[in-house]
Amino acid sequence: MPTGIVALPPTRNTSTPMSSAPIYLDYAATTPVDPRVAQAMARHLGLDGTFANPASRSHMLGWLAEQAVEGARRQVADLLNADPREIVWTSGATEADNLALIGYMRANRARGRHLITSTIEHKAVIDTAHALENEGFEVSWLKPSADGRIRPEALEAAMRPDTILVSLMAVNNELGTVNDLEALGNIAHRHGAVFHVDAAQAAGKLALDLERLPIDLLSLSAHKIYGPKGIGALYVRRDTRIEPLIHGGGHERGMRSGTLATHQIVGMGEAFALAELERGDDMQRIAELRTRLLEGLGELEGARLSVPEGHGMANILSIGFDGVDGQALVMALRRLALSTGSACNSASVAPSYVLTELGVPTERALATLRISLGRFSTATEIDTAIEDIREALDKLRTDSRAQSA
Amino acid sequence: MITEDELLYLDHAATTPLRREALEAMWPWLTARFANPSSPHGLGREARAALEAAREELARGLGCRAGELIFTSGGTEADNLAIKGIALGVERPPAARRLIISPFEHPAVEGACDYLCRHHGYRLERLAVDRNGLIDLDDLARRLALPAALCSVILGHNEIGTLQPIERISAIARAHGVALHVDAVQAAGWEAIDVERLGIAALSLSGHKLGAGRGIGALFLRRGVPLEPLLHGGHQERGRRGGTEQLPGVIALARAFTLARAEAERHGERVAALRDAFIRGVLEGCPGARLTGDAERRLPHHASFLFPGTHGEAVLLALEARGVICSSGSACKAGEDEPSPALLALGVSRQEAQTAVRFCFDIDIDQPQVDRAVRAVVEAVAQVRGLGGR
Repeated sequence: MPTGIVALPPTRNTSTPMSSAPIYLDYAATTPVDPRVAQAMARHLGLDGTFANPASRSHMLGWLAEQAVEGARRQVADLLNADPREIVWTSGATEADNLALIGYMRANRARGRHLITSTIEHKAVIDTAHALENEGFEVSWLKPSADGRIRPEALEAAMRPDTILVSLMAVNNELGTVNDLEALGNIAHRHGAVFHVDAAQAAGKLALDLERLPIDLLSLSAHKIYGPKGIGALYVRRDTRIEPLIHGGGHERGMRSGTLATHQIVGMGEAFALAELERGDDMQRIAELRTRLLEGLGELEGARLSVPEGHGMANILSIGFDGVDGQALVMALRRLALSTGSACNSASVAPSYVLTELGVPTERALATLRISLGRFSTATEIDTAIEDIREALDKLRTDSRAQSA
Repeated sequence: MITEDELLYLDHAATTPLRREALEAMWPWLTARFANPSSPHGLGREARAALEAAREELARGLGCRAGELIFTSGGTEADNLAIKGIALGVERPPAARRLIISPFEHPAVEGACDYLCRHHGYRLERLAVDRNGLIDLDDLARRLALPAALCSVILGHNEIGTLQPIERISAIARAHGVALHVDAVQAAGWEAIDVERLGIAALSLSGHKLGAGRGIGALFLRRGVPLEPLLHGGHQERGRRGGTEQLPGVIALARAFTLARAEAERHGERVAALRDAFIRGVLEGCPGARLTGDAERRLPHHASFLFPGTHGEAVLLALEARGVICSSGSACKAGEDEPSPALLALGVSRQEAQTAVRFCFDIDIDQPQVDRAVRAVVEAVAQVRGLGGR
């Protein structure tokens, strides 16, 4: 085994000289690891780092790894104004969502068997809620209003005496719309239910003060905020009881077993610490880029925003185009790395269920682009994207007019 | 004072450092080529292709099809997915809700079985073993003759090193139509495993035990075995495990596994010979010391002892002062001080079980290191006994 870290290739070339290189506009699907995060991870990946098993309390090296893990736990907790003991490491937001829903429902079934969620949640919540239905729990599915948000009145109307859990996302991954977590959480609490929030898209971008917000369970992901894939966390407010999903050695206060992935955890901690420091600047710059993007695309023929402006995050723009074939549009935008729906359901060509729920017609749903911006997006990239989309639309419309003529 | 460079790390069963080649293979996918394998654009397709190439590589190493591999966050998740997923994959009559395991499975297997017992009406039965930890095959055959959901056996034991005769166990399980899950977390890399030839239903792997880093593992699941997923959401891993794939980890796992197998083919016998020399040296130098587990059928890099008249933790400290890092047992039971269930299953008394110390080499172990380790153990044990370690 080597005793020193290898000479690593550069982490990312942010100023791509080649104009043919793809422009990354898919930050909501995943983000590049920030070079500073990569550096922190590298320190924990070699023999010169702290590599021993965090649970091997008996020896020194294990002790150092444990310190690194606990330091990262504090970094994550700090961003949320939470106690480090309320942070449970998971393999990502999908596992956190599963743990929150299944873990809470199973542990508290004596109190009730009813769960409320919405039809535009991430698949991790939707599929888990279906699995709970198969297990004998009851689920109510709230529909979004036209602005892509869940109305508090809709939640109020759905609450029942046996409702023990409400699960709603902070920010929708396809639309960027932001729910009123305070109003929704207060309703859940007033009826004696616990409030779970999938904050995979929100953490590090939106202020989340868990000291103040009525949230009991909150799912986090590292790779949406310039950390590594394969690591996330569930915030579990003290005294909230959950049954573990992954049993074993009793790590993470018995809530999640398995040897902790030190380098991954350190990466997540670093990413969250950077987000705390740079969120303001990042989001302001991204908001300016989005305005530029919207000005450029909004005037194009047939352009329609999926949701009205006003309740969205600055980093996501969902825009559809009437009168073009979606598949052809995507094919024509080869230089742009963007999504037409959530990355997590893009294996099929069916329209996005989120857009369908909003009442977007299938044809336009298929011709909808989700453009998501991030820390490394530049004005030049935005201008190129606008130009490419304009050209693609012109060409597609010319071709189809020529065909029908 | 011993510097960190002089440390002799003999705790490779707890965790093993990331291989340089695995780090080099994964690094570009952690940094520059970071796209989500599910993304529809070119960068996403590139990531998807890398993911599937790594899956093919690991499948070749295990003798299975790529579609039979499910990547997980580690061995613990793989064990949980296998046990709960197979048990709950089909509706079973109460009489068939039996889980047959060895008496010294990893806590992940024990924990998953315990969950099935508490919430789904399953019953757990533990197999008889001999003094060396080998499973009693007659007992196995008797228990599998009755309907059972699954049988789970650890291939190479983390604490006592014993390797089970998995071919014979598999033949018995197949004869009775019971799905066999093999926890190969410790043995993977060291032992040749051909899941097709073995005819087993499932097998768990962990990255950080074979130089791939932590936070990645895999489950082999034979095609056609019904599975209830553990993590729902998304189409990833053919709907059997939701969540964005940890591509860097997957690539590291495939690379590290391939390398570990190649090295074990070349150097496994040399490591086993050095391990035998280590065992001889320790047993000769420490009167009363006993090897735990089977002397012949054991992991090639693994040596575990009882040192009567000492306390294992005290021996560890005395060894650490001499720069030798090892373990008193399993590192997987977060912070417990209970005697090891594995040792108790071998008929070791509770008191003697507290004197256990385990050493696990890596492939680069050499004679000078073995000599140094023997000297350190002999001195440490003598020192602890001199202090009245009892």
